[in-house]
Amino acid sequence: MKRLLRGGRVVDPANGKDGIFDVLIDGDRIESVGTNLTADGAEIVDVPAGFIVCPGFIDMHVHLREPGQEHKETVATGVASAVAGGFTAVACMPNTKPVNDNAGVTQLILQKAAEAGLARVYPIGAVSRGQKGEELADIAELKAAGCVAVTDDGLPVATAILARRALEYTSMFNMPMIEHCEDQSLKGDGVAHEGPVAASLGLRGIPGVAEAITAGRDILLAEMTGGHVHIAHMSAWTTIEAVRQGKSRGIKVTCEVCPHHFTLTDDLLAEPVAYDTNAKMNPPLREARDRDAMIAGIVDGTVDAISTDHAPHHYDEKNVEFDRAPFGIVGLETAVSITLDKLVHTGLINLSRMVELMSVNPAKILHVPGGSLAPGGPADITILAPDLQVTVDKTKLVSKSKNTPYHGWSFKGGVAATIVGGKVAYANPATGLLR
Amino acid sequence: MPVVMDAERISRALTRIAHEILEHNRGLSNLALVGVRSRGVPIAQRIAEDLRKISGEEVSVGALDITLYRDDLMGASVGITPLVRKTEIPFSIDGRTIVLVDDVLYTGRTTRAALDALTDFGRPKSIQLVTLVDRGHRELPIKADYVGKNVPTSRHESVQVKLRELDGVDEVLLQGKE
Amino acid sequence: MDVTQSPVAPPLTALRQRHLLGIADLSPEEIVLVLDTAEAMKEVGRRTIKKVPTLRGRTVINLFFEPSTRTRTSFEIAEKRLSADTLNVAIASSSVVKGETLVDTAMNLEAMSPSMIVLRHASSGACHLLARICKAAIVNAGDGMHEHPTQALLDAFTIRERKGRIKGLKVAIVGDLLHSRVLRSNVLLLTKLGAEVWVCAPATLIPPGLQQMGVRVTTRVDEAVEGADVIMMLRMQLERMQGGYFPSLREYFTTFGMTEARVARAKSDVIIMHPGPINRGVEIASEVADGAASVILDQVANGVAVRMAVLYLLAGGSENETVT
Repeated sequence: MKRLLRGGRVVDPANGKDGIFDVLIDGDRIESVGTNLTADGAEIVDVPAGFIVCPGFIDMHVHLREPGQEHKETVATGVASAVAGGFTAVACMPNTKPVNDNAGVTQLILQKAAEAGLARVYPIGAVSRGQKGEELADIAELKAAGCVAVTDDGLPVATAILARRALEYTSMFNMPMIEHCEDQSLKGDGVAHEGPVAASLGLRGIPGVAEAITAGRDILLAEMTGGHVHIAHMSAWTTIEAVRQGKSRGIKVTCEVCPHHFTLTDDLLAEPVAYDTNAKMNPPLREARDRDAMIAGIVDGTVDAISTDHAPHHYDEKNVEFDRAPFGIVGLETAVSITLDKLVHTGLINLSRMVELMSVNPAKILHVPGGSLAPGGPADITILAPDLQVTVDKTKLVSKSKNTPYHGWSFKGGVAATIVGGKVAYANPATGLLR
Repeated sequence: MPVVMDAERISRALTRIAHEILEHNRGLSNLALVGVRSRGVPIAQRIAEDLRKISGEEVSVGALDITLYRDDLMGASVGITPLVRKTEIPFSIDGRTIVLVDDVLYTGRTTRAALDALTDFGRPKSIQLVTLVDRGHRELPIKADYVGKNVPTSRHESVQVKLRELDGVDEVLLQGKE
Repeated sequence: MDVTQSPVAPPLTALRQRHLLGIADLSPEEIVLVLDTAEAMKEVGRRTIKKVPTLRGRTVINLFFEPSTRTRTSFEIAEKRLSADTLNVAIASSSVVKGETLVDTAMNLEAMSPSMIVLRHASSGACHLLARICKAAIVNAGDGMHEHPTQALLDAFTIRERKGRIKGLKVAIVGDLLHSRVLRSNVLLLTKLGAEVWVCAPATLIPPGLQQMGVRVTTRVDEAVEGADVIMMLRMQLERMQGGYFPSLREYFTTFGMTEARVARAKSDVIIMHPGPINRGVEIASEVADGAASVILDQVANGVAVRMAVLYLLAGGSENETVT
């Protein structure tokens, strides 16, 4: 079954394309990209003027919560949320119950994803058994079962020696070690960024350098071992300085930033809703200097990817005192709008850079297919409506959980449609495309 | 705004009341004045001064704040909380004749509150009431023993008492509500 | 005895907010209103019958998630003096761990239509959470490390009583600044009323951004108390030792303890304050705590009057206001 997407603006930096092109899809593959394409018997879809056709976006940091915490999210609801947010693939974190440190859990996740038949799911396995930070998990088994990377996310790899071993080991399999950078002794029982806002609200603080210290450790270990460390959800200006330095020395370090860390600051904890648990996540919202450093890194190329760290939590779990609320916010369905509104429309980055951050680089870092619209490649396509007015309504989110700080916010830019393996996984009723 | 009492009339009324107190109580033994805040207080002081001139005796004067005893405070839809001031009654009221002094007697609720407050301070032998102006429209069975002037009013009007100690001038005004 | 009053009544006679969540929400005029009202309330405490009928028929619930004898009894006496019906709910932290959340506990109590809930809780922001979900007016009796507004108000009342004013006084606050809710409330209040505030602690116990609150920060206690009109000691919580904030209590006392020698550097009529309970020989020497300059017991006495004022001013608000 062939489908021709005609006349859209194709932004495909991996193939040096940014212009009006037709995209011909055959089954689950891209057949060709060119001008004035014809295909007999193909379903013709005229892409509205101004819409952008890109290689499918890949969110490399998502918590799908299954197995074990299905009240927050399941693989099925998670991938539905992903495609509604324009993502054709997600990489999911191992801090499930039980932890994904074995083939059994990996296979369960893949099976659930196949049943849902929406976004692709690339499981990420644990670095240490049970994420206890003591012994390495069976990483080869995890890779064979389908994991694309390992992490102890939620926590940093507990010790330098374990991080060293993990980097050495994963380098054999060409897998990155993804690191949640946070020195636990400095973190203590902190719940917010250590700064004037937390001080005036009486909240225990987590200093920004807690993140930079672990990042620094791992970057040096990556240099020593030749392994690849990927710094997850960067939030502090000191961390990005360390990454910049590491890259300048040719070390295999990559990094990602989440939309809330390049748009929000810890002021949100005080206003408009004091002690809003929907502003509580780890790493926490920090100061303007940190947020601006993230933006600067996105602009100057230091930042490789935008991910969401989509962390669903049930309403009851968040409707408690700030100290007791779990860390995390959902993000799959707001990332594209935020990025278009705050980075592209402001002129900070262009669309090619956005596609690099959300498709090309995630695919490269995880060594998974995608990231381009090359003929023969998978027909994973994200179609953007950059001028669509979007107002976030948390009650209408596809995700099972509604813990977002962006409820009521308006953005210019949204998703028109998400195509996975040639199939329309999501079509936005507001744009009417592909319905 | 019609002036119902000017300074001279106020002064003569208070002097007359002082004489009446003396006569009614057959002297000043065991008697004390308690002014109801705010304007009852300077009136009480002036009466005490008149009593001293007439009889040569000093009479104790106290000040009573009845805000915390009002029955229209809590649950009022208006939501304005009157400022609470201190009560200063530096003498025992037990067994004494207490003469309450207020500026205007209207519904009688202020007097009721004052009676409740006084009862919390002790057990007077008897309580009498002085009011400079009685404007009628009682809602409780309260009666003044000594009245400066009866001023019949309608409910739409209000009586304003100004005293030089607080307002710089002595006069009683009758004001119609717009 | 002078029974005349000032001729002009102050324009403000009520608090603007439904709740007392913190000094942060009070304007200087509102703070002065509370202090003035507390003066009248203090007089009630000097009568033989220490009761006025003002809050008759109103139910006030003291919901304390942290143990506290002093603050709770102070609130209870204040409530009873205003003739309110008082209910003390003391929750051992273990029962919260067992399952009933703050939200559930509060909603169960709400169902009994209290006028006010006085809440003390170990989590900063707990009162804000309740204020969002309860119809009752919430009074913060101490939330985590955030604020303890009635403590700051009674401290201010005590200072004003002794010194006649707050503006322009040099106030030195010494102790665990990092974890203290009393500090935050006092800093907010004293700066709003124009005092010159100095805070002093070991560097390990100074929260970031304190200077932004308009205070002078020092780690040298002699500098802080030099020429001070008021010295306010904060309680050194002994469990801080576990956090490694300073090496030993002995060392803390030598470097930061309020001794008579240190007090001598302040003004000759300095007053010594402490929110209690005192750790003798840790943050303050016994001679200083019990000395002539100490107003620690006055603070306790004034606590009832100030709390009566707060309850009175909050209760007088309209019952029909919706929760925003």
